[in-house]
Amino acid sequence: MDTKVKSACETCAHFNADGLKKLGISTENVDFVIALAGNPNTGKSTVFNSLTGLRQHTGNWPGKTVTRAEGGFEYNKQKFKLVDLPGTYSLLSTSEDEAAARDFILFGKPDVTVIVADANRLERNLNLVLQILEITDKAVLCLNLMDEAKRNHIMIDERTLARDLGIPVVPTSARFGQGIPELIHTISEIANGNIVCKPHRIKNVPSNIENAVKTLSSEIEKEFPNVPNSRWIAFRLLEGDTRIINALKSGELV
Amino acid sequence: MSNKNIDHILELSNELRWQIGDDFHDNLTEGIYADAAQIVSDTVQVDDSKKRFRLDRQIDKIVTSKTFGFPIMFLILATVLWLTIIGANYPSSLLAQLLLDNIHPALKSFAASISMPWWLDGFLIDGVYLAVAWVIAVMLPPMAIFFPMFTLLEDFGYLPRVAFNLDNLFRKSGAHGKQALTMTMGFGCNAAGIVATRIIDSPRERLIAIITNNFSLCNGRWPTQILIATIFIGAVAPSAFSSLISLLAVIGIAVLGMAFMFGTSWALSKTVLKGQVSTFNLELPPYRPPRFWKTIYTSLIDRTLIVLWRAIVFAAPAGAVIWLISNIYIGNESVAAWTIHSLDGFGFLLGLNGVILLAYIVAIPANEIVIPTILMLTVLVTGIDGGAGAGVMFELDSANATADVLKAGGWTLLTAINLMLFSLLHNPCSTTIYTIYKETKSAKWTAFASIMPVILGFIVTFLVAQIWRIIF
Repeated sequence: MDTKVKSACETCAHFNADGLKKLGISTENVDFVIALAGNPNTGKSTVFNSLTGLRQHTGNWPGKTVTRAEGGFEYNKQKFKLVDLPGTYSLLSTSEDEAAARDFILFGKPDVTVIVADANRLERNLNLVLQILEITDKAVLCLNLMDEAKRNHIMIDERTLARDLGIPVVPTSARFGQGIPELIHTISEIANGNIVCKPHRIKNVPSNIENAVKTLSSEIEKEFPNVPNSRWIAFRLLEGDTRIINALKSGELV
Repeated sequence: MSNKNIDHILELSNELRWQIGDDFHDNLTEGIYADAAQIVSDTVQVDDSKKRFRLDRQIDKIVTSKTFGFPIMFLILATVLWLTIIGANYPSSLLAQLLLDNIHPALKSFAASISMPWWLDGFLIDGVYLAVAWVIAVMLPPMAIFFPMFTLLEDFGYLPRVAFNLDNLFRKSGAHGKQALTMTMGFGCNAAGIVATRIIDSPRERLIAIITNNFSLCNGRWPTQILIATIFIGAVAPSAFSSLISLLAVIGIAVLGMAFMFGTSWALSKTVLKGQVSTFNLELPPYRPPRFWKTIYTSLIDRTLIVLWRAIVFAAPAGAVIWLISNIYIGNESVAAWTIHSLDGFGFLLGLNGVILLAYIVAIPANEIVIPTILMLTVLVTGIDGGAGAGVMFELDSANATADVLKAGGWTLLTAINLMLFSLLHNPCSTTIYTIYKETKSAKWTAFASIMPVILGFIVTFLVAQIWRIIF
């Protein structure tokens, strides 16, 4: 029997529906760990649900995800574990949910960090995106709520955005399942090293600070040659972040 | 690895910190925002010419306005409750007919046909089965209506507006504005509301939110309120207004609960939990049209069935206990009758009676089974006809039949009012108590959160009873 192709999308390599298996909560023997970060109320839990087939509670109010939810999916015979982090506006303060999100990206060493952003409020969302890009260089921006952006007549040049941020950008409308196959494919490509990111590093820093950061980070790199985010550690040390000082002492960061 | 010599790095960082000065944090934050603005200006285009009428803002102007904010909130609450009360009636009576009138006798005759011993038959079918069946018949329909409606409001984006409206009141009572969100969750289930307090950063304010969440009338208590309000409060009004009056009585109790929440929060923040009120940003998210059927489906599967399952798990052993205490005799009185008689004096002081107090003790695991327990125990001590025998939980077909049983048990309007008050002000159910312990990790605060509402309940019902008896 012929299988009828419903849309052009299904013929595309990105679609690859056969390669996808939603694993729900079974996350044993995973190949990759994926973190899901982003501002509150950008639809992280909805993205999480559509990737894992789980029904994590979603709701239209910020701060709904209080427990770290985990789930999994299988793509092209590789198993991915997905961790839904609490939504935060920043990683620079010390409230419990922000610390939880930051600690996971930093110490959990996810293979890929999916940053979910609200396409309607990109500028405000970029604050967190840029901070995460200082920590990790394996990330993808999931530009969610595209349906709303369209309604609000907001147009985003995804290619330029991807070039400026140095990471892949995937537009999605997770509530309607749009863009999710492309997102999965991109996650898999980054995890397998087929896409190499060159993340944006914060540029508009006064020169005296920039020099201090450079001095400190080169010193850090001498001691820890394998650390990918020496610049970020330098930022934190200059801030006097005791959690990072302790982590450096115990060798947790390496 | 742990012996890395990082002292020189730390020294260097201390030195550099002096050089770059105090405004490092601000400079960095500004730098990030400058980068973000630059990127956005290169990539994002907004077509201002087509800027549509901002419906969002117009709705917000109304629902968060000083004049209309509160009335709209109560109107929405009233509508949701009204639809729940009206809509739940029919499926409830259908389920009751099926589970209690058809399946129960069938089970009984099956037990007789295999000559099951009377005590096992009574324990399993009259105790465990009936408790479970009652909980399903009474709880499933209202939950299946209430939860989806609540979830639709949640998906639409109304909850943050409620928090916005209530923020000022919470701040005045020394609590966190986000407590408004956990309070609303508590209207569904207190245990869920208490887990949701994790969104509150400050430990002091979080503790206040946990302790006072019990004042949100939970799902297990709505049916009690609704039933008693219909039977007693509605009955004193002319029949044309009776359902309106009973609806107002239920809303009155819910609002009273909120008043107690503010009062207790205020008292706590002025005494044992003193401290600054923390500020926070509350984002009013855009209104999003809910995906209707998907929401209905997930709220039925994820919320309704989970809560129902919990109720069943707790109702089954409670049913067994009820059957046991009414069938185990000390001398020539059953344990139940003996306890009721010894609680009667204290109950009278509170304008309640021994039956109600015992029912609340038995129903600690699940608030949902209070009413059937009360009915069963009333029949047991007054010896009137209508019940199905010692220890058999039952639900009478009509509200009138229930009222007859209760009136025969010496109930008055005062008993009804005080039962509604006590249903609002008593210890949380065992699941909630356990959740409080898990979240606070403190036996002291768990004990406080469990006992404080009961004491408050005793005081309030006592005062109401005394004043009532002076006036009438």
